[in-house]
Amino acid sequence: MSDFDRPTVVMCPAGPMLLRGDHEVQDADGTVHRTKRPVSAVCMCGSSATKPWCDGTHKLLAARSRESDKKPG
Amino acid sequence: MLPKSRGTLSADVFTALQSGSTAHLGTEPESEEDAQIALWTLYELHYRGFDEVDPELEWDPDLLRVRRSLERTFEADLRRQWEESPLHADPDLDLTGLVERHDGPSLARFVRRKADREQVLEILKHRSIYHLKEADPTSWVVPRLETRVKAALMEIQFDEYGNGDPNRLHHHLFRRGMEAAGLRTDHACYIDEVPVEILAMNNAVTMFGLHRRLRGAALGHFAAFESTSSIPSRMLAQGLRRLDFPEQMAAYYDEHVEADAVHEQVAVRDVCGAYLEEEPNDRDLVLFGAFTGMELEAHYARLMLAQWGES
Repeated sequence: MSDFDRPTVVMCPAGPMLLRGDHEVQDADGTVHRTKRPVSAVCMCGSSATKPWCDGTHKLLAARSRESDKKPG
Repeated sequence: MLPKSRGTLSADVFTALQSGSTAHLGTEPESEEDAQIALWTLYELHYRGFDEVDPELEWDPDLLRVRRSLERTFEADLRRQWEESPLHADPDLDLTGLVERHDGPSLARFVRRKADREQVLEILKHRSIYHLKEADPTSWVVPRLETRVKAALMEIQFDEYGNGDPNRLHHHLFRRGMEAAGLRTDHACYIDEVPVEILAMNNAVTMFGLHRRLRGAALGHFAAFESTSSIPSRMLAQGLRRLDFPEQMAAYYDEHVEADAVHEQVAVRDVCGAYLEEEPNDRDLVLFGAFTGMELEAHYARLMLAQWGES
């Protein structure tokens, strides 16, 4: 029996980057944020209100772009 | 304390719970409310129990007979709703697609922009039935899973339970918020005020959790719940701050914005994705669980918005 894959950094398609374990994440302004849960989600869409952490906003952006795709012209 | 009965079956069940005399119990509810409050109370024997009920009755065969009969009717009704949904007909539908395409009104958006204080207090009382035992129904599923799925589920559950810190445990955060908002905080104390839609939501998640056969539905329900939490939680926090609710109450929802953005990814990929690799025949069951969670939430949102003249 082999062990299971368990990556510590996971890029979610059209979503955040998951970080497993304790990390110090420096945001774009240079401020360092410590992770505080077993898995943390780092914003990759740039639109989170709680950066550097993901707050789910990428899904609103995706929904909006689907809506605008539907509009004629 | 036992809830108030909502019909003849629940009245008989509650009398039997106090007397211990259960052999005569029938199984036919008078109404949906009667069925759901009876089922909720029978399930509660497996959670916290009631001071006035002998703990032995948790495994009383006649109470289990009543429970089973109520569950069969409830499960059949939930499956009918799923099978009648246009989403069910799409053979390529996956969990992410179901969450994106399921349509329901948003109570959170209403709270963010328009709700008044009394309306929010009403919602908090209703939500307390679940939030004061948040994550518990999903914990029933843990021993029924294989290694990989079990580890992924526990990674989330550990976060739900505060990562070992009782002060971070989610029911504790909700209780602190309720207390700060001037609400009562004892377990299920608002049960007599909740509509049948709330009872059905709570009973569905417990039914999925308690039946090994339905573990795929429990996982799908869980993933849908986590996937529809971050953005609504942010709206709820904004609404609570707009109405000057205490910071502890808004903080409960802040925690869910960030935590559930993580949980969603792990629940969809590492829990349900891995489970379906092991149990590919359970695809429909996982989707059924996810649909049920969102559909019952939509029933509740419609009821409340209609009650407040918002529909």
